[in-house]
Amino acid sequence: MEQLVKLIPLFPLISFAIIGMLNRRLTKTHTAIFACTGVFLSFIDSLLVFIAQTQHHTTVEVQIYEWITVANFNSAISFLVDPLSSVFLMVITGVGFLIHVFSVGYMKDDDGFRRFFAYLNLFIFFMLILVLGNNFLVMFIGWEGVGFCSFMLIGFWYKDQKNNDAAKKAFVMNRIGDLGFLIAMCLIFTNFSTLNYSTLFAPGFITANPVSTGSLTLITICLFIGAMGKSAQIPLYTWLPDAMAGPTPVSALIHAATMVTAGIYMVARTNVLFSLTPDTMMFVAVIGIATALLGAVIGLFQNDIKKVLAYSTVSQLGLMFLALGVGAYTAAVFHVVTHAFFKALLFLGSGSVIHSMGGEQDIRKMGGLKKHMPVTYFTFLVGTLAISGIPPLAGFFSKDEILASALGQHPVWFVLGMLVSLMTAFYMFRLLYLTFHGQFRGTHEQEHHLHESPSNMTIPLIILAICAIFAGFIGFPHAVGQALGIHNWFGHFLSPVLGESEIHFSAATELTLMAITTVLIIIVILIARNIYITKKTLPTPEHEPLPAGKNIIYNKFFVDEFYNKLVTKPLDRFSEFLSSSFDKGVIEGIVNGFGKLTVRTGQTVRLLQNGNLGFYVIAIVVALISLFLIFLV
Amino acid sequence: MGITVYIFWFLSFVALISALNVVFAKSPVHSVLSLIITFFAIAGHYLLLNAQFLAAVHIIVYAGAIMVLFLYVIMMLNLNKETEPHKKNYIKFISVIASCLLMITFVAAFRGAEIEGATSPNDSIGLVENLGKVLFDQNQFLLPFEVSSILFLAAMVGAVYLSKKELH
Amino acid sequence: MQTLSGIPLNYYIYLSTALFCIGVLGVMVRRNAIIMFMCIELMLNAVNLLMVAFSRYLGDSSGQVFVFFIMAVAAAEVAVGLAILIMIYRNAKTSDTEVLNELKL
Repeated sequence: MEQLVKLIPLFPLISFAIIGMLNRRLTKTHTAIFACTGVFLSFIDSLLVFIAQTQHHTTVEVQIYEWITVANFNSAISFLVDPLSSVFLMVITGVGFLIHVFSVGYMKDDDGFRRFFAYLNLFIFFMLILVLGNNFLVMFIGWEGVGFCSFMLIGFWYKDQKNNDAAKKAFVMNRIGDLGFLIAMCLIFTNFSTLNYSTLFAPGFITANPVSTGSLTLITICLFIGAMGKSAQIPLYTWLPDAMAGPTPVSALIHAATMVTAGIYMVARTNVLFSLTPDTMMFVAVIGIATALLGAVIGLFQNDIKKVLAYSTVSQLGLMFLALGVGAYTAAVFHVVTHAFFKALLFLGSGSVIHSMGGEQDIRKMGGLKKHMPVTYFTFLVGTLAISGIPPLAGFFSKDEILASALGQHPVWFVLGMLVSLMTAFYMFRLLYLTFHGQFRGTHEQEHHLHESPSNMTIPLIILAICAIFAGFIGFPHAVGQALGIHNWFGHFLSPVLGESEIHFSAATELTLMAITTVLIIIVILIARNIYITKKTLPTPEHEPLPAGKNIIYNKFFVDEFYNKLVTKPLDRFSEFLSSSFDKGVIEGIVNGFGKLTVRTGQTVRLLQNGNLGFYVIAIVVALISLFLIFLV
Repeated sequence: MGITVYIFWFLSFVALISALNVVFAKSPVHSVLSLIITFFAIAGHYLLLNAQFLAAVHIIVYAGAIMVLFLYVIMMLNLNKETEPHKKNYIKFISVIASCLLMITFVAAFRGAEIEGATSPNDSIGLVENLGKVLFDQNQFLLPFEVSSILFLAAMVGAVYLSKKELH
Repeated sequence: MQTLSGIPLNYYIYLSTALFCIGVLGVMVRRNAIIMFMCIELMLNAVNLLMVAFSRYLGDSSGQVFVFFIMAVAAAEVAVGLAILIMIYRNAKTSDTEVLNELKL
């Protein structure tokens, strides 16, 4: 078992090393084989670990080696496998593998094929380190590592400055969050003298320490700031939509299924701390729902297929944080899992569409793709239904659990969450209708070029679609499940780490809730159908003026411009000032001053070197006398 | 106050006077000759100190070899003229002051020093027999002794190489 | 105070110091390289004398062995040094150190 755990992150690392070092000496086929095998072996390994977890429920700790030992600070590179991390392992390696396979087809004509797979493998490695780590420091290694890979992959097509800017933006935004995480780590260590999960989260450890609620709140807030950066929450969410500049499989893997859920994982992992600080929980919930609403509203009017999905991701992540905020950790993790399936599916579907459209991402120029790409269409439809929350697809169960937990906390959460899921259904179906239904609106050349993607791209889609349909059953609603004799397996499995859900409704209440949500969602879908199919409404073309309200939303509430004005511009000016005045005046003055001083001194002291032997001897004698006087008298 | 004390004072006096003459003599040859006298006086001191072997070696090496070499060079280069320009007076003044100060410092430094002597000084350590034993028997100075022969070889080669006329 | 035959060790120290300082004075005052060289020999001998005195008063023959080595080194030094002087003289036609100030930049 321990050996198996050690091997999990090793496979992607090895394939990364092979691809990275051999690079051009590998053919594309071999690269693809190495990359996919690495992740696949890791997946099989994770599967074995996961199965062992389901049977034994034992927490496994594996120490690789002692890393830092300074005074009372001990940190080892060690791994922890418990139900929570094993679930994440499955998602990362499983979805990761499918996306690798998809990428082989998607990237086959790209020059950076090998580079791409090297980064992708490295990403999988760091992500595994992140979830496997047994202390905050190891998690931080993974945390920074995935950030780095994300940076490299967003700027993958580095010849376009726009992509580089997006990459930089993502990196800087993440750094702000990372600072929060770092501060939180320092605070945890000063308060508890340990960074190890197994020590820190042992029952009764925290309460046994004399730590004030204030400092606990500070710790959790800082942790949450870290999560904000990584998981794109207000106010650090703006990097995620821009991150779509990277190749689509990257968006699917990193910016939808895995990396952005690292924040959720971190909060779920530290749930012991969060549960003790109701203030932070409130804060998390508020930020979560605000982000969810904002993302959903902006998503309503976007015309770029990937931007819609990106804002949808932001919004779904917001929902997950809402779940965390109301204490429903299991619901949040459950939604992470289902979301990973259907969002990866949607992104890969959009990738397939973009591939077929020859790089076009604007849905105003698509339409009627249904008959050209049936497999993509049906899988995309499944994904859309799943994210909208139509029973019995995966999204329905997880979203329902979140909404139920929200209702248990306060009805306001429920209403707002409901609103978010209705908007989600609307913009997703708008996307589906505009892309796949109606008449084709692109050029003739594009129409001629339209084709179904090759099987190595469609098979991952089909597998993900199957997952998106059935994954929900692992977390069957509690009360209804009891009535039907179906067990909420997922909640039970995670309960050793996340605790049992405290909110229980009667079967009747649960059913009513489900019925209400489902009916409302279907109504919204019909409205969307009415607008985009029956009336054939099209989004306003690029250069025509929009109504004021729509314009604000289309431009994402001008948040980017606001950040520019408030932070970037002043910083730029400050840097300008530093480079022109401070650097030229003070720094250069000091540096040149030293140079001048040396030259002047040299010129003066040079005169002492008159080449006269007698003079030297006198100097020696004088020095000798001085030395004697200093040391003997 | 035995005879040795008188001899000590006499030898010291000769050594110092002739040493001063080395420095202040106008002609280089006079300097050389004064230096030879100084060396003889020092050899006398060696005898006083029961270092008979060293006294002999000293006379042979310094008076016999080195000073002859000096004299030879002076003669060969025809330097025996009293034309050597003198240093400026203020430099001479400074030099005298400096060397006096050095002397004072040294004396001041040594004045308080209490030197532990051997309980029963051995009169025969300066004999050839004893020195030979120390030099060869005890493996203490054997290696430096052999190395010094290499030094001589190097010095010889160097001297020959340096003083030969350059061939163009 | 250790004395032998009525002569304290300190007398030898003072004598050596005086000889040494006369040597230093000579190096400082004179301009002729050969005289300076001789003064250096004088300084060496001052040290030798002190070494022999110590050796005698401490009853340890190592000091005398050292003097022996110093003589060897001095002989070698003189051979090389005079060779250098001859060469310098041949090139510069002088042994005046005020003229031979090529050491400076």
